Amino acid sequence: MSTTHSTVEEIHSHGHDHDHDHDHHELGFIRKYIFSEDHKVIAKQYLITGILWAFFGGALSILFRLQLGFPDMNLEWLKPILGGWIDESGKLDKEFYLALVTMHGTIMVFFVLTAGLSGTFSNFLIPLQIGARDMASGFINMLSYWFFFLSSAIMFCSLFLETGPASGGWVVYPPLSALPQSMPGSGLGLTMWLIAMALFIVSSLMGGINYICTVINLRTRGMYFSRMPLTIWAFFFTAVLGLLSFPVLLSAALLLIFDRSFGTSFYLSEIYIQGQALPNMGGSPILYQHLFWFLGHPEVYIVLLPALGMTSEIIATNSRKPIFGYRAMIGSMMGITVLAFIVWAHHMFVTGMNPFLGSVFMFLTLIIAVPSAVKAFNYITTLWKGNIIFTPAMLFSIGLVSLFISGGVTGIILGNSALDINLHDTYFVVAHFHLVMGAASFFGLLAGVYHWFPKMFGREMNKTLGYIHFWLSFVGVYAVFFPMHYIGIAGFPRRYYSFTALGNNAEAAFTDLNAFISIAAIITFSSQAIFFFNFFISIFKGKKASQNPWNSNTLEWTTPVEVGHGNWPGEIPAVYRWPYDYSKPGSATDFIPQNVPYSATPESNLPEETEEIAIEKDIEGLLSAQNEVYNR
Amino acid sequence: MNYLIGLLSIVFLGLAFAVISKSAGLSNKIKGGENDGTPLDSSNNTNAIGFIIFWLLGTVGGVWSFLDSQPDFLPVAASEHGIKTDNMFWMSMAIVTLALFVTNTLLFFFAFKYRNKRGNEATFYPVNHKLEIIWTIIPAIVMAVLVFTGWRTWREITSPAPSVSEVIEITGHQFGWYVRYAGNDDNALGNSNYKLIDDTNSIGIDLADKNSFDDFTATEIHLPKGKPVLLKIKAQDVLHSVYLPYQRVKMDAVPGMPTKFWFTPTMSTDEMRAKLNNPDFNFKLNCTEICGRGHFGMAITVFVDEPADYEKWKKEQKPFLTLNPTYLDKVPANLKAKAAKYIPAEPVAVDSTATEAVSVN
Repeated sequence: MSTTHSTVEEIHSHGHDHDHDHDHHELGFIRKYIFSEDHKVIAKQYLITGILWAFFGGALSILFRLQLGFPDMNLEWLKPILGGWIDESGKLDKEFYLALVTMHGTIMVFFVLTAGLSGTFSNFLIPLQIGARDMASGFINMLSYWFFFLSSAIMFCSLFLETGPASGGWVVYPPLSALPQSMPGSGLGLTMWLIAMALFIVSSLMGGINYICTVINLRTRGMYFSRMPLTIWAFFFTAVLGLLSFPVLLSAALLLIFDRSFGTSFYLSEIYIQGQALPNMGGSPILYQHLFWFLGHPEVYIVLLPALGMTSEIIATNSRKPIFGYRAMIGSMMGITVLAFIVWAHHMFVTGMNPFLGSVFMFLTLIIAVPSAVKAFNYITTLWKGNIIFTPAMLFSIGLVSLFISGGVTGIILGNSALDINLHDTYFVVAHFHLVMGAASFFGLLAGVYHWFPKMFGREMNKTLGYIHFWLSFVGVYAVFFPMHYIGIAGFPRRYYSFTALGNNAEAAFTDLNAFISIAAIITFSSQAIFFFNFFISIFKGKKASQNPWNSNTLEWTTPVEVGHGNWPGEIPAVYRWPYDYSKPGSATDFIPQNVPYSATPESNLPEETEEIAIEKDIEGLLSAQNEVYNR
Repeated sequence: MNYLIGLLSIVFLGLAFAVISKSAGLSNKIKGGENDGTPLDSSNNTNAIGFIIFWLLGTVGGVWSFLDSQPDFLPVAASEHGIKTDNMFWMSMAIVTLALFVTNTLLFFFAFKYRNKRGNEATFYPVNHKLEIIWTIIPAIVMAVLVFTGWRTWREITSPAPSVSEVIEITGHQFGWYVRYAGNDDNALGNSNYKLIDDTNSIGIDLADKNSFDDFTATEIHLPKGKPVLLKIKAQDVLHSVYLPYQRVKMDAVPGMPTKFWFTPTMSTDEMRAKLNNPDFNFKLNCTEICGRGHFGMAITVFVDEPADYEKWKKEQKPFLTLNPTYLDKVPANLKAKAAKYIPAEPVAVDSTATEAVSVN
């Protein structure tokens, strides 16, 4: 880190020539790397926390895959780590199994794919790609990370409680989660889960508000909305989704806290448990499910949209072609954003909800397949007649598109309420969302890391290790989740410790397949170590990166290799064109960055672009106004 | 059998490794003079070929694993609506598998075909509105058809139960199911109230309601073949979910909010045993909503009988009041005479085990 450190300082001193007031004070170590207000440092904090959580969440899944794949295995050897969670017969404790499932879901959905993905790349890329010196509020941005950290710490501590962490599934449906007597995990573990989630929501909201403000207010001169990279569009929609839906989860959690601790009956009614009739009347467990899924469904897109946005950028860059249908891509993301809010009850077809509502939600759910299909087609057409360079980021992006399609199509089946009757809460659902939301978004995260690593750390990651990592992950993910559909079609319910109580000796039917899935999961998980190694070694020992290693058009590649505080040592560049002028006919190079004016490229301008030369003066004229913003 | 899949995947991984190690060797060789301005390296072709190999092996593996798993799928649906939803499921599966195959094929094929070649230039092709409109409308039409057929079936399934339906009450609790039948005399379930639950009266049958007098409980579920059955579903403590995999029935059990599901069984247990060639086969009712430690074992055996056998079984069952005559005290004075009919002349021993459903764990 020391080299990074000194170079940053160098750039700082260069920066002084250009008289940016905010550069004048020198920051100590703590303000620079720990309580930093610099969006790039905060992004790295999110990324590293996210990576650590990802390994932790993945390891939990390996533990329960051992139980599912090898139900007779003696797990005594795990005693040193898990202690009492391994019972006398060397088996995983049944409640701990549920705790593993629950914490795996919570960690992966919220801490890795929301904070680790959106937190990292929204923070890192928004100011760099729209041409801003930092986030709208660096201080709120810093708070956002530290609330996330606090939330992480509490969630992590809850794993070590004697009664275990929250165990009622990541959705923590009441009354199971509301009644501590229903399972040990619903005691202190769930209290800590709720506190951690409340803090997490606060963190997400602070982040989201910042992203939205920054995108709306701090775009550099000439960066019209119609010239924004698709990454920024995706982060923007993601932030809007989060801002509107996370408060609803907070309300759901608050009501649950009231039910648990203050004797209210929002979710509880007519309950007889452990020989005791509870006094609660009039509440509805279904209310919680509506509130939860009002966040829960947009959450799927909060996780997925940033991955799709980054993929758009990476596929265009490495195909050396403009993204096909730029406006259609924005339109479909907008469509997904709007529809995401009105499809939540497709998670609830068989909860006893009014069947008429089921019909409405089936209709709305299947509509959302249309913009998703458009996106997939546009990615494929972007590859068509390209000149493709398979960087690790590109491989992961293509992998994402494949997983997005393969997991997405089964959504059409699950969204059909009549078919959902049999498939709801079976492994078919598990296979579906792990492919389309879990693996696809995770591939997006990895693609983003490989692509922007040179910008983050000024060094390159080893490509060969990247290729090996990709192929193992890609094959592995399909090997784990594709066969899972079969288990679902056979009617195996999820969150089952074992399948001994099913009819027709069903537990014998898929023992081989379950073992295969577990082995594939272990291989896939282990191969992530290659990434871990590559990532952390490359930070210190990687090959020095060039300024624009992928020959990309977007603004972040106009910053110095080691980006200093304030991002550009001189003036922020102006933007004159859209970000996808790759392989433009007539141009000598196969890319024309956004900050190159049309007047400089008469040979490749399209007729309507020649007209835009006239307004370039106006864009330049905005410089002093832009500087004013930062000097206020 | 599935060891073959394992073998296949090992071959697969081996191939991946071979491809990569070759490219690694090459890239090491040229490391020195790499800086020609493009991020291209010598692995580009191998990665492109990788996608074709993946496509090929993926297709073979997908088809083979499907055929291999097929015998273990749920057998033909044993209910009227299940046959319809199964048909729709496989029709939808065919459509989406086709879509999956075509799009993935194009993706991998394009990735391979348009890999970087020296001197090649990508085609500047930013937009084509006609194409976009076509591939917006086609999925929209397919969706519309699927929605419409799905909606029609869903509406039928969730329509009010026929009045001749057999009414059966199922109550989920940690960790088992209580079953109550409407009785032999009135085919109407009596009221119940969770505050009346005690060690014997585990469902909280309200004996102030005259419909309760002939209600009986059971430790297994019997259903008549070919007759509509209305399940009235309740939960005592936390959420549970009634799942009859073979009948394609699923509905959550919610404390404080009774739910229901009606269906018509079309295959008796004996017929299914014959079909599966498994004399020990039994239908099960499982729980599909996480409910705690014993969730996975929360099952009760279901017998689908020929209508005559079903009636016979029903006649043999004794009302709760008959088995527990002390509960006559709870009957209001004006109904005592009516209830007395169910009290045996010679009081039988209180049999509390009859009301205990299978409990696991």
